[in-house]
Amino acid sequence: MRFGDITQAIGNTPLVHLHRLSPPGYRLWVKLEGMNPTGSIKDRVALSLVRAAEASGELQPGARILEPTSGNTGIALAAICRTRGYHLTCVMPSNTSEERRQLLRLFGAQIIESPGDQGSNGSVRMAQELAAADPDVFMPFQYANPANPQAHHDGTAAEILSDLPSVAAFVAGLGTGGTVTGVGRRLKAHNPHVKVYAAEPQYGDLVYGLRNLDEGYVPEVLDADILDSRIKVDSRKALAWTRRLVSEEGIFAGVSTGASLAVAARVCTRLPEGADVVALSPDGGWKYLSTGAYDIGDVDELAEDLEATLWA
Amino acid sequence: MASVRIPTVLRKHTNGEAKVSADGTTVGEVFSNVVTTHPGLTSSLFDGDDLRGFINVYVEDEDIRYLDGLSTQVEGDDEIAIMPAVAGGA
Repeated sequence: MRFGDITQAIGNTPLVHLHRLSPPGYRLWVKLEGMNPTGSIKDRVALSLVRAAEASGELQPGARILEPTSGNTGIALAAICRTRGYHLTCVMPSNTSEERRQLLRLFGAQIIESPGDQGSNGSVRMAQELAAADPDVFMPFQYANPANPQAHHDGTAAEILSDLPSVAAFVAGLGTGGTVTGVGRRLKAHNPHVKVYAAEPQYGDLVYGLRNLDEGYVPEVLDADILDSRIKVDSRKALAWTRRLVSEEGIFAGVSTGASLAVAARVCTRLPEGADVVALSPDGGWKYLSTGAYDIGDVDELAEDLEATLWA
Repeated sequence: MASVRIPTVLRKHTNGEAKVSADGTTVGEVFSNVVTTHPGLTSSLFDGDDLRGFINVYVEDEDIRYLDGLSTQVEGDDEIAIMPAVAGGA
């Protein structure tokens, strides 16, 4: 494999069969998006967002970009901005891990902190306010930009179909909803019987620091009708599956991967025997080492200690 | 009896309780018993007869939109969780 530019190395990630974690009679697979150049699935999204804005003329040479992110999209955008001369500012919850800050700074991005107790909701709101007050800044806004699910429709899903045409179900975590929406549409167009499940992280109580329910938010890119179900996964279960993935299959992934695997295992019995189920791993565990999520110790105790920061 | 998990933002209506218990064979029945005991929750949970938009309700971790909505069956000591709809990490 040789590439003329780092963005050409995005995508074509491995789809790995999980022999030991597959429930009897079913085949679980994990798609390792941590193998993308900046280490997450967001390389696909960032490239798609930037290309769409360049094509529409919204992004001009030397432009300033502002985006709310909990890390991965910011890091992916920051790398692309380096090669194209854009200036990136990320609005990020204050309780996100140090590794994400180090990477963003290394790639030359500015960081504005939003209150940690408001989670991604707080960074979305703050970024919207900042963008409204600064007409010259461009906000790709992954939560509402159709270029986000399109990246998964054209890339992620096409790769799954090419590697595993018999795929019967797909599971991914809910962040913006872009992955389940984009992949789901493509897989269901290929075969209407394919099931699509979203794994929803059950954030710690602290992350739901809303003053009232009117501050709630449903991302515009999420097409709720594409889902066959939406299943919440608590920190303990997500951590336990993340640990099983590393100890039984030798795969070191982020905690969202564990959440999707928990859902994949749960939904197997709803599918015909022998079904192939793909769980998406959005990133590796590297950026979360400092949170303590991978420390040796009891998963239940760790999950309790980490409630506030695990999903941040 | 089903237990209902109350999000932080609504605990002002349950004297700070994170979990309340109520009888009922469907989510709708359980909720109508819950709002009888905690009337402050009514306008937070319901917009007329429907659940409000920024609320997600789960029975044993499964979103009731993909089950039978408020008619979703509740058995024994099932956990019903109310969670605000928020932006996910990305």
